[in-house]
Amino acid sequence: MISPAPRPAYRPAITDAQPTRPAGPRSPLCRAAGLSLAALARLLAGASVRWIASQPDTCQRVYFANHTSHLDALVIWSSLPQAVREVTRPVAAKDYWSRGLVRRWLAEEVFDAILIDRTDIKVHHSPVDLMLREAGTSHSLIVFPEGGRSVTGEVGEFKSGLFYLAKKRPDIELVPVHIDNLNRVLPRGEFLPVPLLSCISFGPPMWLEAGEAKPEFLGRARRAVLALKE
Amino acid sequence: MNDLRTVALITSVLAMLSGATLVGQFLKRHPDRGLDAGAIRTFNLRLRGWWILCTVLAAAFWLGTTATVVLFGLVSFWALREFITLTPTRKGDHRALFWVFFLFLPLHYVLVGLNRYDIFSVFLPVYATLFVLTRVAVAGDYKRFLERTAKIQAGLVVCVYCLSFAPALLLLPLGGQAGLDRSANFRLLFFLILLVQFADCMQYVFSRMLGRRLVAPTVSSNRTWEGLLGSATSTALLAAVLWWAAPPFEPWQASLAGLVVAVMGFAGGMTMSAIKRDRGVKDYGTLVVGHGGVLDRIDSICFAAPVFYHLTLLVTGVKPG
Repeated sequence: MISPAPRPAYRPAITDAQPTRPAGPRSPLCRAAGLSLAALARLLAGASVRWIASQPDTCQRVYFANHTSHLDALVIWSSLPQAVREVTRPVAAKDYWSRGLVRRWLAEEVFDAILIDRTDIKVHHSPVDLMLREAGTSHSLIVFPEGGRSVTGEVGEFKSGLFYLAKKRPDIELVPVHIDNLNRVLPRGEFLPVPLLSCISFGPPMWLEAGEAKPEFLGRARRAVLALKE
Repeated sequence: MNDLRTVALITSVLAMLSGATLVGQFLKRHPDRGLDAGAIRTFNLRLRGWWILCTVLAAAFWLGTTATVVLFGLVSFWALREFITLTPTRKGDHRALFWVFFLFLPLHYVLVGLNRYDIFSVFLPVYATLFVLTRVAVAGDYKRFLERTAKIQAGLVVCVYCLSFAPALLLLPLGGQAGLDRSANFRLLFFLILLVQFADCMQYVFSRMLGRRLVAPTVSSNRTWEGLLGSATSTALLAAVLWWAAPPFEPWQASLAGLVVAVMGFAGGMTMSAIKRDRGVKDYGTLVVGHGGVLDRIDSICFAAPVFYHLTLLVTGVKPG
C-alpha cells in the first residue's frame, strides 16, 4: 500500500475553470423529480451503502466506479447524502443521454449531468477539459473509467481519462466506488428492473503520486475499486 | 367473551416477553454466572426481534385484515428478493423474474385478500410454474434450464405461496362456530406465530442444553435431535395450555397443532440452512451488508403456515373461500 502523497494546494491547471452554468437551486419540479427518482432507484435496487475508511464530504471529489448498468450513476448519486448530492454531477455518454426528450431532460435538468461525446474525442476537444470546466471549483463528479458497461460483470481496464483528471487537478480527492449486483437488477439491454439487493461501497480517497506513471496509477485505481468487493 | 380472550392472550404474551427481557437484562448485567456471554447476546438479540415482530403485528392487526395481508405481501417481496439475490440467475431469467416480482407476487396476495382459495391455492404452484418455464425457454438460454427454473419456483413457493397462508387464516369463515367474530381469526394467526417463535426458541435452548446428536452436521451445526424433540414437546405443551386462545381448537387439537408447527419450523430452518451452506453464506443478511435478513427470520413460519392452515380446515371442518 502506497501512502498518499501530501495534498497539494489548489492550483487551477486550466485557466478557464469556470462552470458553464451557475451552481444553484434548480426548479422545484426538477428537484422533486430528482428526489423521487433517487428514492425509487434506492427502493428498486435495494442498495445498501457502505463507507469503508471513508466519509461523505462536500469537498471536491471524483467518484470513480465500475460500470455494470444504466442505473449505476443514479444509484451512486442517490446513495450520497443530500448536501453532497447537491454538488455532485454524473458524467454520462452523450450518444445515449441526449437521445429523446425525457432522457435529455433527465440528464440535463434533473441530474445536471455532464454529457461526453464518446464518438468525437480529440486532443483539442478533450473530455477531461470539459469535465474540469464543468466541475469548476465546487462540483464533484461521478465517472466510470471503464468507458462503458461491462458485459461479463468483470471490471475492465480503466481508460486514461482518470489519470489526466488527476494530473490536471491533483487537489481533487479520487474516491473509489464499487457497485455490486446492480448488473442483475438492470442488465445491459434490458429496460425493466428486477428488484434484487445491491451494495454500493465507497472507499478511502486516493491521489496521483508524485511521478507515478499512467499504467501504474490506472492499475492502482482499478485495484482500489476491486478491493471494495471483498 | 372474545374480547376477554384477546386481552388475555395479549397479556400473557406481554408477560412472557417482559419476563424474558428482565432475565436477559439481568444475565447481561451479571456476566459472572458462568453462562456463555455469546449465548446471552444471542438470546437478547432474539428477544429484540420478538418485540419488533409483536409491535408490527399489533399495528397491522389494529389496522385490519387488508393491512395485514399487505404487510405479509411486503415481507414476501423482501424475502423473495433476498432468495433470488442469493441464488445465481442468468440473463435469460431476467424477464421471467420481472413478472414474478411485479405480477405474480402481488396478484397472489390480491387473491388471498379476496379469499379466493380456489384460485390462489393453484395460482403460484401451477400457473406461475408454467409461465416461468415458458418465459425462460422463450428467452433462448437453455443452459442449466431445469436448475434455473427450479430455483425461481422454489423461491416463489417458499417465500410467497407458503407464507401467504399465514394472513389467509384471517379470512377463514370461522363464523360458523358459535360465538366467534373477526378477533378470533386474529387470535388464530397470532397463535401460529407465537408457536413458531416459541418452537424456534426451544429448539435453540434444548440443543444447547441437551444437544448431542446433530441431525445433519454438514447442513446445520446447532440443530440436534434432542432440540427437535424438546421443542416439539414443549411447543405442544404450550399450545395445550393456550388452547383457549385459538378459537376453533380443542386442547388436544391445539397441542397437535403445536407439535406440527414445531416440526415444520425445524424443517424450514434445515432447508434454508442447506441453501445457505450451498451458497457459502451464514445469514441471508450478510449476503448484502447492511440488510437485516428477513428470510432468516421467517423460514420457520413459511414452512409451518400452510400445514397449520390445512390442519385448521381439517379439524374444524371449515370450508375456505
